[in-house]
Amino acid sequence: MKKILVVLSVLGLMLGAGMLFAEEAIAPATTPVCAVPAAVPVSPINTGDTAWILISTALVMMMTAPGLAMFYGGLVRRKNVLSTMVQSFFLLALISVQWVLFGYSLAFGPDIGHFIGSLKWMGLQGVGMAPNPDYAATIPHSLFMIYQMMFAAITPALITGAFAERIKFSTFVVFSLLWATLVYDPICHWVWGSGGWLRNMGALDFAGGTVVHISSGVTALIFALMIGKRKGYPDNPAPPHNMVFTLLGAALLWFGWFGFNAGSALGANELAVSAFIATNTAAATAALGWMCLDWFFNGSPTVLGGASGAVAGLVAITPAAGFVTPMGAIMIGIIVALVCYTAVVVIKEKFGYDDSLDAFGVHGVGGTVGALATGLFATKLVNAAGNNGLFYGNAHQLGIQAIGVLATIGYAVVVSFVLLKILDKTMGLRVNEEEELMGLDVTQHKETAYTLID
Amino acid sequence: MKYVIAIIQPHKLDAVMKELEDKEIHLKTVSNVLGCGRQKGRTEVYRGVKEAGNLIKKVKLEIGVNEKFLEQTIAAIVKGAKTGNIGDGKIFVMDLDEVVRIRTEERGGVAIG
Repeated sequence: MKKILVVLSVLGLMLGAGMLFAEEAIAPATTPVCAVPAAVPVSPINTGDTAWILISTALVMMMTAPGLAMFYGGLVRRKNVLSTMVQSFFLLALISVQWVLFGYSLAFGPDIGHFIGSLKWMGLQGVGMAPNPDYAATIPHSLFMIYQMMFAAITPALITGAFAERIKFSTFVVFSLLWATLVYDPICHWVWGSGGWLRNMGALDFAGGTVVHISSGVTALIFALMIGKRKGYPDNPAPPHNMVFTLLGAALLWFGWFGFNAGSALGANELAVSAFIATNTAAATAALGWMCLDWFFNGSPTVLGGASGAVAGLVAITPAAGFVTPMGAIMIGIIVALVCYTAVVVIKEKFGYDDSLDAFGVHGVGGTVGALATGLFATKLVNAAGNNGLFYGNAHQLGIQAIGVLATIGYAVVVSFVLLKILDKTMGLRVNEEEELMGLDVTQHKETAYTLID
Repeated sequence: MKYVIAIIQPHKLDAVMKELEDKEIHLKTVSNVLGCGRQKGRTEVYRGVKEAGNLIKKVKLEIGVNEKFLEQTIAAIVKGAKTGNIGDGKIFVMDLDEVVRIRTEERGGVAIG
């Protein structure tokens, strides 16, 4: 029965697409296709900016699958590698359709009460090639839309690290669709949407520290608490089955993050260069920092430590990338390595929750560090459109950043909790014990990743 | 001396190991194997095509014991691996002629444990 529900909800999405199709066919006619050559006004579209954001869009897509899929896939046991990787892959597909149908409209559409976008842009009606100056004045509005789609897709995929190796696939599908619609789209509107209340207040979030990382990270913690520990955790360790995947996944994330952060300049300009440098600097510093901590406390510089540190650094620099100097990025890298290392190694063990692949420890905690650090290190010297932080004489900015963080945490926690309660009662969150022991690959997908012979 | 070979479900390995530890049977060799018994393999689906008769992943345990440990070894494996369903596996017991501990060149019963 529940399987049918899941299939129906996915089919429903596609049906919606069909219904909007008729109107879509007419839509292009409303924009002048070819004007009289002599009277051509100067096109507002900058080809350099457009080229860079096209590439950035593809880079961010690569972060979800293969980047995150490989990073997480390597960290689970061999009986769960397919199920873990396909979760990221599946979300790329699911959210792509959701975003076209109504997600983009809810997040960026005409404002309703500073809280959410209206459904006016459903099926991308009115989202055409003419730039929307509220968002990006020099690239087609459609390009901004699909660039943002890749952010919407990776965010729920980050949560999958918390419930790895025990989630029921059907519940995962329904949860992800509801979460993207009820949590991601509104928070995205608050921070980036025209008229959103955090944007109006002056909260700085360059590439999605609150929208992407805090929202997914705290949801990951709630999910880990509500679904419960994996069988055998923490007495029987579940060692990563392929650290090569994990290291390559982390490297692909680092590579893709240039599209995520430098692309968030929404142009091929000085700001993109500055964000690019800050991104790389923070990732490198945090990777070094985490490996040093490993070396000092555990006696050896681990591969997983280096990979985790790089990702933590990338998470933390995300909100700050377009506002800080390279030295600011180094400071953020050092701070986040210390804080996330403590969260993952000390705090998780002390409280005993099974955030299996550290989605909360890296994204929730790292995102919070980054959002607050933006209020410390931001400077108008880097980005005149931004603001100064505490260390540049504007303590007020730190307060605004804190409000953004708290609002995001509060909203994501409450809505996720309610969603999970309902799903727990109706569909059930986790597989049964036998299925968990056999692994999710065989029990959820009837496939296995590795054969023994042949 | 006896040589015990047990073929069990992979996901029961942890439980069997724990039972053996409780009975102080510490020495064993474990390997991944493929096989099938009466259930004639498992059906997997690839791109919509059902493939029947796939060999099933199993775990093989090999344990050398002195006679007085034999029954508790068997009991431990059964306790850990039994679900009552088809596919639980088998235990084979055979005579063991000689054991040599390479490090000390000891032979026989003293070398086994």
